[in-house]
Amino acid sequence: MTVNGTQVTRNVPPRQHLVDFLREELGLTGSHLGCEHGVCGACTIRVNGEIVRGCLMLAVQANGCRVDTIEGLSDSKELEKLQGAFHRRNALQCGFCTPGMLMAAQDLIRSGKKATREEIRAHISGNYCRCTGYHAIVDAIEEVIKTEVTHG
Amino acid sequence: MKAPSFAYAKPRSLAEAFDLLERPGAKILAGGQSLIPSLNLRLSSPELLVDITALKGLSEVEVKDGTVRVGALCTHAALERSEEVRKHLPLVAEAVSHIAHPAIRNRGTLGGSLALADPAAELPACALALEAVLIISSRKGERRVKAADFFKGLFETDLKPAEILVGVEFPKADKSVFLELTRRQGDYAIVGLAAVVKKAERRLAFFGIGGKPILLKPRSLEEAKASLPTPDADLYHSSATKLHLAKVLLDRVWNRL
Repeated sequence: MTVNGTQVTRNVPPRQHLVDFLREELGLTGSHLGCEHGVCGACTIRVNGEIVRGCLMLAVQANGCRVDTIEGLSDSKELEKLQGAFHRRNALQCGFCTPGMLMAAQDLIRSGKKATREEIRAHISGNYCRCTGYHAIVDAIEEVIKTEVTHG
Repeated sequence: MKAPSFAYAKPRSLAEAFDLLERPGAKILAGGQSLIPSLNLRLSSPELLVDITALKGLSEVEVKDGTVRVGALCTHAALERSEEVRKHLPLVAEAVSHIAHPAIRNRGTLGGSLALADPAAELPACALALEAVLIISSRKGERRVKAADFFKGLFETDLKPAEILVGVEFPKADKSVFLELTRRQGDYAIVGLAAVVKKAERRLAFFGIGGKPILLKPRSLEEAKASLPTPDADLYHSSATKLHLAKVLLDRVWNRL
């Protein structure tokens, strides 16, 4: 598979989740592991351009796929504006949910849709944050959508 | 938790998949959005996962003579994006937006949802309301089963070992409405209702109230309310609450049909 643009070849046990493979084999610990059954969204990553749960996909299923993680999107500066807005708006406290939250938010921004606050909430509904109460997160995403998306 | 150990195979043809499914402890893996959580929670311990996602021709949407044929591997996200589904199967288009969250809809499949037959899931009720026909393939050939005969009970369907659900034919309806009540966006429904009108007949498929979706074909709102079965309680909602909420949905849906 290709991870953040780099070709990676490994033998993996079938039971290994993609997020564990990224964290333990490749040291990419930005994708977090929360509930391990698809509820919390902390492990959200991108596979072939679409966001998925890293804990609900086996590493072996990603054979031949393009995988992008928070590290890749951060290094490529794709998330620069979103990261800036999260920082300014205080849209994180402990930071555990933040990588997954950014991946889900960026997915919405990339869709080019001029999403309303309600649509933003729906799009991040699968990402739990136990600190902020979501208000500041929605503020930050809305700020980027307002400045980034000119069509919709 | 981590999943228990299992072997994994990814067949390239149906014939190869049938061979693999005959091995002891074999289980089909499609989108994995229900199977993998159940492995992680150690509720399931198959010996071999047969990943059917490399099988060709099982994810198309095709419109023909008043029916829409959808491949079993079509993801919820693909159903949501499909112009054809929105135009010819608005019920399904509305329903999929209620299934979990975008990251899960990107992998979860139509066939997986129907084959699992979760009593609170959206798509089994849609299939029942629309009188869908499920196409099941095995080494012996193909057989077709009506949705009403496919769902047998709690997580129980007409699928036999070594059979694969390959597609679904949805007849178009004249009118449809989909509603569900949840505590949070994306949760399984407390109670839901997939309602259609076909040739002046109202077909109401309730889900979340019993072991499988329940179909009513009432002539009046009063008849519909009176014929609702006593719902099964779940961990958080009593039977009385569910019955009340089912009636709330009926009130909301009835005049929109």
